[in-house]
Amino acid sequence: MSAVVDEHDHHADDHHDHGPAKGLLRWVITTNHKDIGTLYLLFALAMFFVGGAMAMVIRAELFEPGLQFVDPAFFNSMTTMHALVMVFGAVMPAFVGLANWQIPLMIGAADMALPRMNNMSFWMLVAGVLLLASTLFMEGGAPNGGWTLYPPLVLQPITVGKALPFAIFSVHLLGISSIMGAINIIATIFNMRAPSMKLMDMPLFVWTWLITAFLLIAVMPVFAGAVTMLLTDKFFHTSFFNAAGGGDPVLYEHIFWFFGHPEVYIMILPTFGVASTIIPVFARKPLFGYASMVWATGSIAFLSFIVWAHHMFTVGLPLAGELYFMYATMIIAVPTGVKVFNWTATMWKGAMTFETPMLFSIAFVVLFTMGGFTGLMMSIAPSDFQYHDTYFIVAHFHYTLVPASVFILMAAGYFWLPKWTGNMYNEKIGQLHFWISVVSVNVLFFPQHFLGLAGMPRRIPDYAVQFADWNMISSIGGFIFGISQLLFLYIVIDTIRGGTGEKVSDEVWEDAAKHSLEWTLPTPLPYHTWTTPPSVVPTEHVLDSH
Amino acid sequence: MSTNTAYYIPHKATWPVIGTAGLVTMLAGFANYLNGSSIGPALMVVGLLIFITMLVGWFTLQATESETGMYNHEVGISYRHGMMWFIFSEIVFFAVFFGTLWYTRNLSVPWLGGGATKELLWPAFDATWPTNGPGKVGGDFEPMGAWGLPFLNTLILLTSGVTCTWAHHGLLAKNRDQLIKGLIATVALGFLFVSFQAFEYHEAYTEMGLTLGSGVYGSTFFMLTGFHGFHVCVGAIILSVVLFRSVRGHFKPENHFAFEAAAWYWHFVDVVWLGLFIFVYLL
Repeated sequence: MSAVVDEHDHHADDHHDHGPAKGLLRWVITTNHKDIGTLYLLFALAMFFVGGAMAMVIRAELFEPGLQFVDPAFFNSMTTMHALVMVFGAVMPAFVGLANWQIPLMIGAADMALPRMNNMSFWMLVAGVLLLASTLFMEGGAPNGGWTLYPPLVLQPITVGKALPFAIFSVHLLGISSIMGAINIIATIFNMRAPSMKLMDMPLFVWTWLITAFLLIAVMPVFAGAVTMLLTDKFFHTSFFNAAGGGDPVLYEHIFWFFGHPEVYIMILPTFGVASTIIPVFARKPLFGYASMVWATGSIAFLSFIVWAHHMFTVGLPLAGELYFMYATMIIAVPTGVKVFNWTATMWKGAMTFETPMLFSIAFVVLFTMGGFTGLMMSIAPSDFQYHDTYFIVAHFHYTLVPASVFILMAAGYFWLPKWTGNMYNEKIGQLHFWISVVSVNVLFFPQHFLGLAGMPRRIPDYAVQFADWNMISSIGGFIFGISQLLFLYIVIDTIRGGTGEKVSDEVWEDAAKHSLEWTLPTPLPYHTWTTPPSVVPTEHVLDSH
Repeated sequence: MSTNTAYYIPHKATWPVIGTAGLVTMLAGFANYLNGSSIGPALMVVGLLIFITMLVGWFTLQATESETGMYNHEVGISYRHGMMWFIFSEIVFFAVFFGTLWYTRNLSVPWLGGGATKELLWPAFDATWPTNGPGKVGGDFEPMGAWGLPFLNTLILLTSGVTCTWAHHGLLAKNRDQLIKGLIATVALGFLFVSFQAFEYHEAYTEMGLTLGSGVYGSTFFMLTGFHGFHVCVGAIILSVVLFRSVRGHFKPENHFAFEAAAWYWHFVDVVWLGLFIFVYLL
């Protein structure tokens, strides 16, 4: 690959630079990786607030015991839709948005390998989320059997209403979108790298996304198959999950979690990648243990396929199954520990500064580790019998998602927005946003550990009075966390519109160009970049492996 | 060989959003139909027409670009990555249903027919395969044998794999006649397979009492063979397009990605059938 050609001009011309199309239609028909990345990120941000509003409804209802604001079926719709919107509408699309922006910049590619399919991935996502959201306005309301859609509950007339087929087809569309996105990322990374960039030279963000893309291709069809069987069981008289016909509802749980466990790593591996990109820049040191990071990521991805039944310890597995899934799950702590060690070692004796992206990244390392520890507790099958389906589980996975994935998404925003827009964000408001978030997120989720250990079940709108105090504290934390995210919205808009007005250098952050290619490009980034691939790639980040 | 040395990046794309609109209309229509709404079927037809328009438009565009030499070697590699991982995702999709069959036959049915379940719930249930479960869901049925039509279909599909490869050799040897004849044979065998399967389904529903509702045997049988049959149809349609393009003089020995992709897809469908023949019909 020596250069790029476009539709209008079939000569390879390195300096030929088409701007975007005019008007709103630009965003509909664009094939530019930066435009599509922006679409993904803005859509994810919007969905973050939609899903967040649902969480506010949940926390408002749980503020006090008794039924206050919403009826129980709607409450259950909120827990179900909050999960689906946050997972499939916010976190996953946000990381795809980052992939779209960053992967071509970081590997010296002119664009994604399959630009038309890239456009389709985004619109399929929008279509899927619209189909899902439409159920909110239907007779019987949105799905309310939990985001896992377990049969037979989800097939009961009272839980289904009119929503089930819409939710199922939404999953199909989201699956198609994710698979197309993943294929594009794989083709881009394998085929579009600058010739001088070997696989073991790639920034860790690119590595983690490559591995995540394989996870997506391997598990999204599994989810599609599972919900297809739900559809036929409900509407076409099949008996896959019906014991009277020889089927088994537990089979659904196996299939779902064979998808579901890799799915949670789909949300965390790119998180690791961004953290491994940001921490070295602000520690002013190369990433410690680059090669071990790559191998740890691969190991975690592999292990994710062989631990699914730890979500089902109380379902009645054979003893051998309980033991196997317990030990296999514990092994995940090893590569994860390698990562946490490497981030810490990267900061060790570094010349650290604490700009907002770094603050969020450090909070991620600490708080994700806590989520990891509670995960280790739950991996112990006999202990999990106590934790299962309680708020302890809710606390655990929110620690791995909110102060981990979401914090790192915020960090990525602060880290790369100046490069993308050419404008600097307001550091004071950024730090304010960080400190309010990091305190309130702990007020929100830490008490849920206590509630869970004391036996408060998940997915209920009412509870015994003994749980009242910690619920109220958790709700107060939730409201503060929710409102403080408007600061982030303000900062994003403000930065796009000019920010502090201060001139941003090409590197943005001190010596960032030593770590990764995008900082060697001009700021703000031109519409087309790397129409000729770079001849030299930075290797600061891989110093350890050479 | 392409005339360009540069990687082709289109600067706008209208078909993706049109195709998405078609697909979501079709699915919304289907969901409405399942909910008993009268608008459903109409929406499905409209969505399908939009989707087909997209397929025709987009593939025509790709074929034109390919034939005018706008794709260089690297673009071809990207397309091959795309097709390869698409087929991989399809393999995973089929694996779900094969896995379901395995789980049902080896775990859930024996569990239903043994231990406390048998003692307390269904003492009369005999856990042998094929079964429609202790509730005899769907009533009495006759299972599908392997050595009649299914075996014939196996031979048909294997032969079509050979004719497809023969056509490819023709393309590589610049023997257009062999290419076209090979493709005609492949497409014909594909549609013959589908016709035989339709006949088999008809027999099952009308003579054998075997339906999609015949407990877990009927569910796995029709789901696996049905999805496979759908993929054979899609594969045969893709090959028909390749045949049409071959007649128009498209493809060169060194540059024929569409042919390759169609052939890969066809062999994939072929291999899935072998799995079906062994695990659904034979064992």
